[in-house]
Amino acid sequence: MTDETPAPTRRERRVRTPRPRRRVSVIGVIGELLITAGVVALLYVSWQMWIGDIIIGSERSAEARELSEEWQQQYEATPLPAPTASATGEPAAVEPIVLPEAADAEIFGNMYVPRWGADYVQKIAGGTTRARTLDPIGIGHYAGTPMPGAEGNVALAAHRTTFGKPFNQIADLHVGDAIVIETADGWYTYRFRTLEYVQPDQVEVILPVPQQEGVAANGRYLTMTSCSPMYSLAERIVGYSVFESFTPRSAGAPASLTEAVT
Amino acid sequence: MYGALWRVLPGPWWVRLLIVLILVAAVLYGLFFYVFPWVGPFLNPQEVTVE
Repeated sequence: MTDETPAPTRRERRVRTPRPRRRVSVIGVIGELLITAGVVALLYVSWQMWIGDIIIGSERSAEARELSEEWQQQYEATPLPAPTASATGEPAAVEPIVLPEAADAEIFGNMYVPRWGADYVQKIAGGTTRARTLDPIGIGHYAGTPMPGAEGNVALAAHRTTFGKPFNQIADLHVGDAIVIETADGWYTYRFRTLEYVQPDQVEVILPVPQQEGVAANGRYLTMTSCSPMYSLAERIVGYSVFESFTPRSAGAPASLTEAVT
Repeated sequence: MYGALWRVLPGPWWVRLLIVLILVAAVLYGLFFYVFPWVGPFLNPQEVTVE
């Protein structure tokens, strides 16, 4: 910076080497800080709308796959005693194993939806608070609703945008699409039926028989809730599915897990 | 501010550019992986449950 010969007076130097008078001015610094803040805000938006979901979604998918491998290893270490009596290939006959209800933020399952991509997998945990389950883990299980495979209505919630957006493509489901939940015991296959858009206070969608007040459980349902429209609080989108079959781990992964979607 | 940073950095212009790019990358990494995920829950008002 000052590699010229020493000690010209200030005035002489200014005359000889014209250069910007102020290196750092208060206004300049404020301006640069404001520009920086603007750039950071735009970066945040790009993270929220796009980059963050790629990062978070793939991190969580990787964790879910690890979990799946752990379950498989656990099973191989201690196979259940003699469950292979009905291994003739008709999984519908197997009575599903129903887990005890998961504690808040306790991860108990993975969800696979071939319609959402062959590599789609997200973790399911107990509870539906944003702070403990939906934001940090993924899919939440409404407390007090049955666990997968049980009679009644298994109710799940997840973000449709941001935080890895597990239910991003809920509106793209077709009738009959497989929704597979894996737990340590095996795979529960549900078949998608229909979508509904409701007000946020319409808790009837998670009744034992969805939208039927005062009716006792008469089948095995799965209800998924998410926000609608995207990026909004205004309404909820609800997807209903019905139970098809339970595939114990001893029978190996079901065909519904890898079925082709058209 | 950024002009001063540029002047403080050592070396010819391409070394300075390299250092600046590394600094920018480090800042972006910190924002995308730590700051934004931490800020997100405070800024984002979405609700997905019925209640």
